[in-house]
Amino acid sequence: METLNYRFEAGQRPLRGMPQLVGVVGSGNLEIMIEPAPLKGACEIEVRTAAVGFGATWQAVMADFHARWSLADARISINDMGATPAVVSLRLDQAAESLTDPSPAGGTP
Amino acid sequence: MDWQQVAAQLFPGGHEIAEADQFLSGSAQVDGKPVAVIGTTGHTPIGIEIALAQAQAILKTVQRYPGRPILILVDTQGQRLRHRDEMLGINSYMAHLGKCVDLARRQGHTVIGLVYDQALSGGFITSGLIASACYALPQATIRVMGLPAMARITKVPEKRLTELAKDNPVFAPGPENYLRMGGLHGIWDGDLANALVRALATATTDDQRMALGLARGGRLLAHPVAQAVRVGSDVRAA
Amino acid sequence: MSSYLELTARQRIPAMFDAGSFEEFLPPSMRIVSPHLAQLDAAVSFDDGVVVGRGTLGGQLVFGAAQEGGFMGGAVGEVHGAKLVGMLQRAIDERAHAVLLLLESGGVRLHEANAGLIAVSEVMRAMLDVRAAGIPVVAVVGGANGCFGGMGIAARCANTVIMSEEGRLAMSGPEVIETANGVEEFDSRDRALVWRTTGGKHRYLLGDCQVLVDDDVGAMRAAALDAIAAIAPGQAQLTVDGLLAEQAMLERRLRDTQGMSEPMDVWKGLGVPDPAQVPMLEPAAFLALAAQHRATPHTGER
Repeated sequence: METLNYRFEAGQRPLRGMPQLVGVVGSGNLEIMIEPAPLKGACEIEVRTAAVGFGATWQAVMADFHARWSLADARISINDMGATPAVVSLRLDQAAESLTDPSPAGGTP
Repeated sequence: MDWQQVAAQLFPGGHEIAEADQFLSGSAQVDGKPVAVIGTTGHTPIGIEIALAQAQAILKTVQRYPGRPILILVDTQGQRLRHRDEMLGINSYMAHLGKCVDLARRQGHTVIGLVYDQALSGGFITSGLIASACYALPQATIRVMGLPAMARITKVPEKRLTELAKDNPVFAPGPENYLRMGGLHGIWDGDLANALVRALATATTDDQRMALGLARGGRLLAHPVAQAVRVGSDVRAA
Repeated sequence: MSSYLELTARQRIPAMFDAGSFEEFLPPSMRIVSPHLAQLDAAVSFDDGVVVGRGTLGGQLVFGAAQEGGFMGGAVGEVHGAKLVGMLQRAIDERAHAVLLLLESGGVRLHEANAGLIAVSEVMRAMLDVRAAGIPVVAVVGGANGCFGGMGIAARCANTVIMSEEGRLAMSGPEVIETANGVEEFDSRDRALVWRTTGGKHRYLLGDCQVLVDDDVGAMRAAALDAIAAIAPGQAQLTVDGLLAEQAMLERRLRDTQGMSEPMDVWKGLGVPDPAQVPMLEPAAFLALAAQHRATPHTGER
């Protein structure tokens, strides 16, 4: 297992609502939990992955994600079982959408 | 230890337990009072027939001898691994046995399980593990699955699993691990007759295994997690 | 039509309850993960593969759980099992109208071996505690991974089992049997055989599943409502008479299938005229056929 941490400062878009969970920790898949957190405007992402040695790939995916969303005061936690960058990006977008959607989100995480 | 040796030690005054096709049934006296005995021997696999036979013996005891304690002697290599058993719903036969044991317990029959040799998953989960309390002899082995099949399903190499089974409490098949995790109430060494008397006297009606696992340090999360869900609080881990 | 099979556990459970009513206990944000998976370099999940909580179903207070088949095959580890037990205990405390279990599981989580085995037995015991308190327990088996192992046994500790054709309910999986006794004993890659042996239609004909519905969340929900309503107050618990009847059914099943090893022979024995067609039959046609021939769940009579 490998744990990777990222922090992006000075985000623009805040999150609103309860923690949300997207995805499932299955082979080639991952789950992402996203929640508001007081981080002085930053977005922190922690990845725990069963696929070891892909730090550079994760870095690139996270940088792209931040460029797309620029979330502020956001904590993202990931449990990964070997998802491809495409799947990771898709899930990250789903996660971000779940807490930045302007219409009120109902239900529970 | 074979079943006759165990029975001789459990019931020094004699017993009326018979074996037929590796299925044990009968009765014996404990402290001057009759106890029903059912079980298996010869590391037999538990197929639908023997599950049904055990269930029938339990139901007969409930119908004919209200309140009579029941001792389940466990020695099995687990559920029979055959297509026909699955086709006919061995899970239902096992569930039926488990429900009979559960009913007996609720109707006031103290049920004690004793693993005297081997116990494996499906041969154990609806007998010893659904009793009022389950015990084992020190040389007993309790496991979940044979290592080759386990390796195939988990994709963890068999070599690694064999290594873990040597001394890792989660994987090692020794009864001391089950004791520490709360799965067993005790290990009987020495005076088996006395141990049975005490077990019958101290059995409770509720399932205390999570609390036991926490108190003994073998399962630190089960009880706190169940409690947190039950009362809607945070998990206060040990 | 919204496929039940294709949904995750987290999507299924709120869809089974009255809209917006489901609230989760110990949500993933609390990060209560397995303490045992790290030593095998296995990834954890924030909910340990099960969602537990309560809501209303037809306006009544119902407690429930949904196992996530995509994580560790839905298998039960220490935390997963404890969440189920806690929910079942709370259902008794709060006098739930019923308990609804959306089961999708390989049984004991092998990665947690001993802890998993004890956990499954505690779940079974807690399910029977719920029934002893007079609260009906309904199990739904319709996920892609089926319901096997100790959970396959637990499912048959419920009052009612609802399945779809796609669901599978059994004890040992075909791979385990093949590993132990060879491909001639059970070819795990013969999907048609697997479904004839363990699938919803077979279990329905056999009497191990009381309700068979389409792979549709709406149909599953309606079936759950009906199943709960069908159990009169105080009728949920085990009784001697009930178990005697079940004993008779299981004995009869054994007698009637002597020497049979192919499920189609079992169906033929039940009086099904063209057993080979059974897997192909559309739901309505199958149910009509089954009505005439299936073993009655509670008495074994036809």
